[in-house]
Amino acid sequence: MAKGQPPARDGRDDIAPEPEFVQLLNPEGERVEHPEYSVDFSDEEYRDLYRDLVIVRKLDKEATALQRQGELAIWASLLGQEAAQVGSGRALRPQDMAFPTYREHGVLYCRGIDPIMPLSLFRGVDYGGWDPAKYKFNMYTIVIGAQTLHATGYAMGINLDGRIGGGNGSGDDEAVIAYFGDGASSQGDVNEAFVWAGVFHAPVVFFCQNNQYAISEPLERQTRVPLYQRAAGFGFPGVRVDGNDVLATYAVTRAAMDNARHGQGPTLIEAYTYRMGAHTTSDDPTRYRIASEVESWQAKDPILRVHRFLTNQGLADDAFFSSVEEQAAEVATHLRERVLSMPEPDPMSVFDNAYPNGSPLIDEERERFVAYQASFAEGAH
Amino acid sequence: MTGQAVTSAEKAATTLSIGKALNNGLRRAMEDDPKVLIMGEDVGKLGGVFRITDGLQKDFGEDRVIDTPLAESGIVGTAIGLALRGYRPVCEIQFDGFVYPAYDQIVSQVAKFHYRSRGQVRLPIVIRIPFGGGIGAVEHHSESPEAYFSHTAGLKVVSCANPNDAYWMIQQAIASDDPIIFMEPKRRYWEKGQVDTDGEPYPLHSARVLRPGTDATVVAYGPMVRVALDAAAAAVEDGRELEVIDLRSLSPLDLGPVYDSVRRTGRLVVVHEAPSNLGLGSEVAARVTEKCFYSLEAPVLRVTGFNVPYPAARLEEEYLPDLDRVLDAVDRSFGW
Ligand SMILES: Cc1ncc(C[n+]2csc(CCOP(=O)(O)OP(=O)(O)O)c2C)c(N)n1
Repeated sequence: MAKGQPPARDGRDDIAPEPEFVQLLNPEGERVEHPEYSVDFSDEEYRDLYRDLVIVRKLDKEATALQRQGELAIWASLLGQEAAQVGSGRALRPQDMAFPTYREHGVLYCRGIDPIMPLSLFRGVDYGGWDPAKYKFNMYTIVIGAQTLHATGYAMGINLDGRIGGGNGSGDDEAVIAYFGDGASSQGDVNEAFVWAGVFHAPVVFFCQNNQYAISEPLERQTRVPLYQRAAGFGFPGVRVDGNDVLATYAVTRAAMDNARHGQGPTLIEAYTYRMGAHTTSDDPTRYRIASEVESWQAKDPILRVHRFLTNQGLADDAFFSSVEEQAAEVATHLRERVLSMPEPDPMSVFDNAYPNGSPLIDEERERFVAYQASFAEGAH
Repeated sequence: MTGQAVTSAEKAATTLSIGKALNNGLRRAMEDDPKVLIMGEDVGKLGGVFRITDGLQKDFGEDRVIDTPLAESGIVGTAIGLALRGYRPVCEIQFDGFVYPAYDQIVSQVAKFHYRSRGQVRLPIVIRIPFGGGIGAVEHHSESPEAYFSHTAGLKVVSCANPNDAYWMIQQAIASDDPIIFMEPKRRYWEKGQVDTDGEPYPLHSARVLRPGTDATVVAYGPMVRVALDAAAAAVEDGRELEVIDLRSLSPLDLGPVYDSVRRTGRLVVVHEAPSNLGLGSEVAARVTEKCFYSLEAPVLRVTGFNVPYPAARLEEEYLPDLDRVLDAVDRSFGW
C-alpha cells in the first residue's frame, strides 16, 4: 500500500458501491416511483425530451467530427451526459440564469440558443463573445470552478432586487443554476461559493455533473464522501440524482430551482453520470481507464432508456423515431455548414474591447501595427 | 550528481525533444534525491497533459508522483508544508492561465517564508509552468505570466529554450534551495536537439550568447529564442550579423553578457511574447540604458505581444512576435 494513500477498499466504486439516487426512469425504460419527486409530462412532452436528447447527441458528434477534420481547434464532448443537461436545462424557467462550464452544449440548446453560438470559441475565432444577459446564459468558463462564485453573486443580486418569493410576488421570481464538474468540487472557488450561498441564502442551485473523471483523475482523487453530502457542511440540502435519467434530473432541478426562487436558499445537486468520450479531443482516455468500465456505462445510456419507455408505453412509433433522426441530421448538417463558412476574424480586432473606455497604449499599438502591415504592401520588406 | 550509473540510453550527447529532456531530467533528479516529489493534476497515470512526467509514477510510485485534487492553491500550499517537512516538491501547473488560483500561495507564502523566518526556513520548491502561445489553444492556455513572478522578491524565475538546457536546468532548479518558477516553452516541447548528459551544466542563473554577431544584439528567452535565431539567420541576407542572447534566468537577470554585447553592437532588440507594458523587456531596456548609454546608437526596442488579453487562436499569428517583426525592429534600430 502506498504510504500517502488512504487505506485500500475494494475497487474504485467504494464511494458509492450501489449509488443511491433519485431515479424516475431506469435503464430498462421502466418508470420508477419516488416519494418526493415526480414528473407530469404529456405524451408530447415525453417525445420532446427524447428529441432534445437525440439532437444534442448528434450535434456533439458533428462537432467531434469537425474537430477531427481540423475545422475546430478542440471540442469538449458531452457524450453520456445528455440527460443531465437536457433534464436540468429544460427545468429552467425563462427568467432563470445559467452559468455553464465549457461542456454545457446541451443546456445551451435547451435554453433555445442556436447551437452555433459556442462553436466560434472552439474554432479559435473568438472567446464565445455572447451577451450573457440576452441569453440568460453566461459565457463558457474554462477556469475550473470560477463560475460558481459568479452565479452566487448573481443570485445575491436577485435577493437584493427582491426578485424571490416574498419579494414583489409577481410570479416571475428568478433563480440561478451553476454548472461544474466533480473535479471542480476541489477548487477553493467552489467551496467559497458554497459558503457565500449558504450565508447569504442565495437563490442558486449548484449542479455538479459527476462524470467520474477530471481528465485522468477518478472521483477518489477529489473526495472521500459522496459529493452531494458536502452540502450539509455548508448548511443547505444536497441531493443525488441519476444523471442518466432525464426525468429525474428534470424533476430534481425543477424542485431545487423553485425552492430557490421561493426564498428557500441553495441546493447542491449531484448528477451521477459518466463521461463516455475523451475529456476533450486532445485527450487519450485509454491511458487511464479500462474499456469494460466504459462498456458497463453503455448499458445505462440516457437515450436508450427513453427510447424503450416511449416504445413500451406506445407513445412513439418507428415513424417518429426516424423523423427525429432526420431532424437531428438536418440540424447537424446546418451546424457544419455554418462552421465551415464562419468568417475569419479581422486581424485588427485583436486591439478591440480590452477596456470599455479604451486605452492610449493600445491606440498607439494599433496605429503602429497598421503602419507595420502597410509596409509589407509597399514592398518595404 | 550522485553515484547513479549512467544507463546506455543516457550516454553523452543524445538527441531529445525538450519535453523528453525535461522528463529525463526529472527522472534523474528523482533518482538522485529520494526527497524529490512530483505533484500536480494528471501527472500520474496520464503523465501530464504534455507527457512531461510520463512513466515517472510507474517507476517511482504514487507516493512520489502525486495526482492531486484539482486545486492549484492546494498544490502549492501543500508543497510548502511538504518542503517544511524536508521534501523537495516539483509542482506542475497544467497551463499558464491556471496558475492564478495559486498566486496567493506563491507570492505571499512561497516567496516570503525565508525572509519572514530571518533566513531559517528554506523552501526548495519548483513550480513548473508550460507557458506561451502558438499552439492554437482556447483561452487561458497561451499566457506569459513570467513578469508577475519576476517582480516578486523571494522567487527566482528561469526559462529553458532548448533540450540541453531543459535537461540540466530542471535538475539545477530542483537542487537549488531557492523557490523557482520554471517556465517551459510549451510550443517548443517537440523541438529536438543535442543533450549532453555527461557534460558540465552551464550555471542556472546565467544568460548565454547563442550566436555571436557584430551589428545588433537580440535578447530573448523561452519560446522566442527560436524566433530570434531564425531572424539572425535571415538577417545575414541583409548583410547583418545579429548577436543572439538567451536570458535563461529572468529573475535574477544576468545582464553582463548583454552589456558586453551592446557595447560592441550599439543596438539592442528585446523579444518576448508577454505584453511590453512593465514586461521583462522594460527592465532590460532600463538597465542597458543605465550601463551602456554612451554605446547605444539607438534606443532599446521591444518586440512583444500587444497590451491586450491573449487573443483567440486565429488571431495569435498577429499577436505573437515573429521573424518579420524582429527584423522590422532591427531595421528601425538601424534607421534611427
Ligand atoms: C483552474 C484550472 N485548472 C486546471 C484546468 C485544466 N483542466 C481543464 S478541464 C479539467 C478537469 C475538469 O474536471 P471536472 O471539473 O470534473 O469537469 P469535466 O471536464 O469532467 O466536465 C482540468 C484540470 C483548468 N481549466 N482550470
